[in-house]
Amino acid sequence: MTATNSRVRPWLFHGGMSILAALWVVPLALVVVTSLRTFDDLADAGLASVPKGLTLDPYRQALASGEWHSIVNSLIITVPVVVVTLLLASMAAYGLARHRIPFRRTLLLLMLAGNLLPAQLLLIPVLKLTEQFGLFDSRIGMIVVLTAVGLGFYTFVLHGFMRGIPEEVTHAAKIDGATTFGVYLRIVLPLTKPAMAALGSLAFTWTFNDLLWSITLLRDEQKLPVTPAILGMQGQFVSSWNVIAAATVIAAIPTVIVFLRFQRYFISGLLIGSSK
Amino acid sequence: MAAVPKAVPTRAGTLSKGARRGSRDAVVLLAFVLIPFTLEMLWTFWPALNSVYISLTRWDGIAPPEFVGLDNYTRMWSDETFRLALRNTVLWLVLFGGLSVLGGLGLALLLDKPRKGIGVYRAIFFLPVVFSMVVTALVWRMIFQPEGVVNGILSAVGLEDQARIWLGEPETALYALIVPALWRQIGYIMVLFLAGLKTVDPLLHEAAKVDGATAFERFRHVTLPQLRPITTVVLAVTVIDALRSFDIVWALTKGGPYHSSELLSTYQFSTGLLGSQLGYGSALAVVIFLLTVGTIVVYLVRSLRDEETA
Repeated sequence: MTATNSRVRPWLFHGGMSILAALWVVPLALVVVTSLRTFDDLADAGLASVPKGLTLDPYRQALASGEWHSIVNSLIITVPVVVVTLLLASMAAYGLARHRIPFRRTLLLLMLAGNLLPAQLLLIPVLKLTEQFGLFDSRIGMIVVLTAVGLGFYTFVLHGFMRGIPEEVTHAAKIDGATTFGVYLRIVLPLTKPAMAALGSLAFTWTFNDLLWSITLLRDEQKLPVTPAILGMQGQFVSSWNVIAAATVIAAIPTVIVFLRFQRYFISGLLIGSSK
Repeated sequence: MAAVPKAVPTRAGTLSKGARRGSRDAVVLLAFVLIPFTLEMLWTFWPALNSVYISLTRWDGIAPPEFVGLDNYTRMWSDETFRLALRNTVLWLVLFGGLSVLGGLGLALLLDKPRKGIGVYRAIFFLPVVFSMVVTALVWRMIFQPEGVVNGILSAVGLEDQARIWLGEPETALYALIVPALWRQIGYIMVLFLAGLKTVDPLLHEAAKVDGATAFERFRHVTLPQLRPITTVVLAVTVIDALRSFDIVWALTKGGPYHSSELLSTYQFSTGLLGSQLGYGSALAVVIFLLTVGTIVVYLVRSLRDEETA
């Protein structure tokens, strides 16, 4: 880099980048600020104005109108989905990656292909299946379906990861008398932790953010997770932008927490995720 | 099953201790693979096959389905809403897909070299990726609504006559939807390209520089060819994401007004699940599936051919 370059460029770079970054930050700031304003202030001055004062009341209103309940629903569905998905996917990946099972390549590719089918192709028959099994309009049904349709992807990624574990490690344990299950539990699972953290944070975000399956498989408003529930709140609080903004912020908090907590893993998860 | 120790009955007809453990191992292993496999197949391939069959019937979901052959597919030709949804879906694929790839690549190139502050910029562009499309939609609803920010800015700079109900007018609804979708997608594509750029060999850049190549020439002939593997991945991800886009449209316009922002995915949901036309809805789902597979196959064939001629 020449001398002139290094003197002029930082200005240009940061100037241009700040404008771009503002396009990303301003909408978020707008929502946060709106969520802290009173209804009267917004009704007088409009959304694009300087607030007269700040209040936490919109948050109280949003939570009291049932959002608290829907957040709990989201967690009741999301946490089991993440745990069961990681458990089942790691079992399948262990079997397929570390053992010469006949047709193991075919099995793995079938699982991956099943994951890549567009949801639209599954909605109607899955709805009918949940009715047959008595799982329609139940949170258990949501857990079963969301786990099953996602398994292929997680299995595929963990399979790649487990193949990278040196053969000698598991071999030594086998010689020492460990069973198949013992090797899985005591050797393979601990070594797979980073991949599990990455996939776990991805699975949490994807499941928590789901809209399509919830509005297909759930009818009872008492069972709705927060993502579809805040859409319904729009009707309830037609022009109370402050309450809608507060509800939006609350609905975003859990995934933001997971992201901040697992940031490193989250991004590496997206990267392995992209290589499906 | 060579590596799996099999239960071999000893001559006396009983199992030796090691063999018994071996057979238990084989059962465990079988369960490990078959339980997840069967669960997934039951809820993916089996429904998908069912969809193909349902698409050949007329069915309201209550009375038994009536087999009608390819009627649902021929009906699409005369269905104006279908043609509009198909056109919108292709437009969405080109605009949302194209702009998110270009935007993501651009940001990745700008934020690739270590520099003061790039970590902050990267985090800012990436943050919306963790939001649901519904959260994104509600954020942008405030910006697009009649008394919202866009119209506020327009009247502030004296362009009141350009103000409109962005999500409520057929001419602008689809384009207004693409903006929040891009806002959330670009950071994701940026992260993928940033990973790809890490693999570009800096020595090649130095060599090209010494040979007098301009920055653009270096990008075109050094960076791009080396980004090829990640580009394939990005394009596949983009096609899949673009064709299954549903949430943002459903949250903001439900395909309206007058189907002007209808995508195949929203039309499929409206007819098949809300409208109780399960047969026609399934046929639309099959079309979405074929469109996804078709686009990806065409791309793969083309890039394979390019590689042969290159």
